Amino acid sequence: MSSAIQARPSACPACAAAPAAEDLAAAAQPDARLLLSLPTIHCAGCISTVEKGLARVPGVHSARVNLTLKRVSVDAAPEITADQLITELDGLGYEAHELDAGLLSVTATDKAGREILMRLAVAGFAMMNVMLLSVAVWSGAADATRDLFHWISAAISLPTIAFSAQPFFRNAWAALSARRLNMDVPISLAILLAAGMSLYETILSGQHAYFDAALSLTFFLLAGRYLDHRTRAVARSAAEELAALEVPRATRVVDGVEEVVAIADLAVGDLVRVRPGGRLPVDGVVVEGQSETDRSLLTGESLPVFAGPDSVLSAGEVNLTGPLLVRVTAAGEDSSLHRMADLVSVAESSKNRYTSLADRAASIYAPGVHLLALFAFLGWLWVSGGDLRLALNIAVAVLIITCPCALGLAVPAVTTAASGRLFRRGLLIKHGTALERLAEVDTVVFDKTGTLTEGAPEPTNLGDHPRRVLEIALALAGASAHPLARALARAADQAGIKPARLSDIREKPGYGVEGRLGGETVRLGRAEWVGASSGTTTAAWLQIGQGAPVEFTFADALRPGAAAAVAALQAQGMAVHLLSGDAEGPVRDLADRLGITHWQAGVLPVDKAAHVTGLSADGARVLMVGDGLNDTAALAAAHVSISPASALDAARVASDIVLLGKDLSPLPAAITTAQKATRRIKENFSIAALYNAIAVPVALLGFATPLAAALAMSASSITVSLNALRLR
Amino acid sequence: MEMLVYLIPISLFLGGLGLAAFFWALRSRQFDDPEGDSRRILSDDWDDHPRP
Repeated sequence: MSSAIQARPSACPACAAAPAAEDLAAAAQPDARLLLSLPTIHCAGCISTVEKGLARVPGVHSARVNLTLKRVSVDAAPEITADQLITELDGLGYEAHELDAGLLSVTATDKAGREILMRLAVAGFAMMNVMLLSVAVWSGAADATRDLFHWISAAISLPTIAFSAQPFFRNAWAALSARRLNMDVPISLAILLAAGMSLYETILSGQHAYFDAALSLTFFLLAGRYLDHRTRAVARSAAEELAALEVPRATRVVDGVEEVVAIADLAVGDLVRVRPGGRLPVDGVVVEGQSETDRSLLTGESLPVFAGPDSVLSAGEVNLTGPLLVRVTAAGEDSSLHRMADLVSVAESSKNRYTSLADRAASIYAPGVHLLALFAFLGWLWVSGGDLRLALNIAVAVLIITCPCALGLAVPAVTTAASGRLFRRGLLIKHGTALERLAEVDTVVFDKTGTLTEGAPEPTNLGDHPRRVLEIALALAGASAHPLARALARAADQAGIKPARLSDIREKPGYGVEGRLGGETVRLGRAEWVGASSGTTTAAWLQIGQGAPVEFTFADALRPGAAAAVAALQAQGMAVHLLSGDAEGPVRDLADRLGITHWQAGVLPVDKAAHVTGLSADGARVLMVGDGLNDTAALAAAHVSISPASALDAARVASDIVLLGKDLSPLPAAITTAQKATRRIKENFSIAALYNAIAVPVALLGFATPLAAALAMSASSITVSLNALRLR
Repeated sequence: MEMLVYLIPISLFLGGLGLAAFFWALRSRQFDDPEGDSRRILSDDWDDHPRP
């Protein structure tokens, strides 16, 4: 079964049945391991389509899908690139992104998770055995038999607690040495006191021993810890894999020789070559070459900007048509990219001040329980006239019966259920308190380019032109890699247009494409180049001979689900805002199409953040959805933020939730799920409180037996978990 | 009651056997993809013969 990804074939169960697998693995040694993220897979059919489809690619030796992490690992010959596989998967109808296998090896072998699971298994084993012996004691075993059972229980429990409860002891110790109280302090105290008290009673042949309680406490709490870890591990690994998408390298030119260096090694005054399609690694001035740059990720402008000698460019812009030689004016810490990052770190600190529900509950619970136990101890010491053993017994019973296990499970059980649901819809929760913050949202602020729109232009007025014009335009557009030209060529192609026969087609970087039709020159490109005046809409112009230029206009295509998402959010009563750095025309157009009444165009990054802070100051809880560098500060300043997987690193790092698929429609449902999850968490706290309200007086009065403690603890833990599962 | 001398060690041994089996499963990474494994049972791809 898992022979394909086995590190050690001997440990794989299917190998005995399939000896061929080992031979195969041995024959193809220096395989490259490729990892792809597959945000849209969800069923058995998907697994087998993907695995079979990839196995058909020549050079691929094996492919294994992991549905839990939504990724596939492929062992292939070294010449196979991820791009080939992505194209193949695209053909099968699955969106795929490449992941950095080097970064991921850390999370693939999830050591911490397996360690907790192992402690959990040991605790479960010990708990069952001790419970078996305890049932015998509760049902009437007496004298020597009872003592024997207690001794056996002690022999099982004490080593188990020493091994399994270590994470709690460690956390409690860390908190105490920092002079703080956290949930692990009462937990550790309850476990240690229960075990110690029981051992003491056993030595004195006492009637009551709480070994089973100490163990079930450990078991239930470890279960909560494991759920918590699992949710976080999935989110963390996926966040890391996204971070691995961008390569921090640049091509430096020294005395006419090109060399590839890390961005960190660039200094002011260096010359850097930026090829078409490449992103500018630094701020700089163009020395040589002509091109157009796309600054939509920086400013939200959808119109490409001309770049020639002496043009000033900033890091993050994408070079579109011609190669550029750029002299570095600011690198690393000083570049505009980094200044943006500084804005983010300022805004970030405000987010960390948010206290989660669990922390708030713990801050009330921990001191309360300790005081109560102390009160019981002192009270009974006074009532019984100095019977230390009785007083201590009752204090321990109080500590055990107040049962932090329901509290320890209350939050992780719900967040696991909720994150699992959201993950299946393609949303990845990166931040621990993001769900709770998402539940409080009442205002949603969207960015335009790349968020509500795909950031890819589509021609809008093809139908207005005669066929002959389209044929010429297609012939010219087909020769260029410029996004507008590509979009035009694709659309014309789909409309069944055949390209005209042109000669001498060549691209003039920064301007457009020109060619010859008979004796006439035809040009497709920027407005100024063909003698037209540019408007506010994105457009390319075609000029035939000396004739009047013809305009091809473009609009950004809506992201799938954008209209549905905005409508549903407004139906939920959210105020929806649109903030864009783009020109007024396209922004108003989009706002009208989506029915957004609050919109602002030409907004600078700082103003975006200020707008969000202003809304927050007026008491709104803002959800910011954005993808560009110009959004990062606003993303960090918002109460909670979401960015699509296609966003820039900086934006994804600044946001709390990442949208894995292209579709925006899961957004409204995500808010509903978050609200339900928060409600469940609060319900769980009430359930735990209710149990305590009944059990604590019983324990305080000294009526609590180990049987009652076991019943209360299991019942409350199970109720809390079942309530979490109700989340639908 | 002498029976207990045998029964308790036996029950502990059997439980320990289960624990050891769990450790083995954990170490051979059978808990890495619970979601996928629960779906794979539905696929009939390798029903006739094991995966080559």
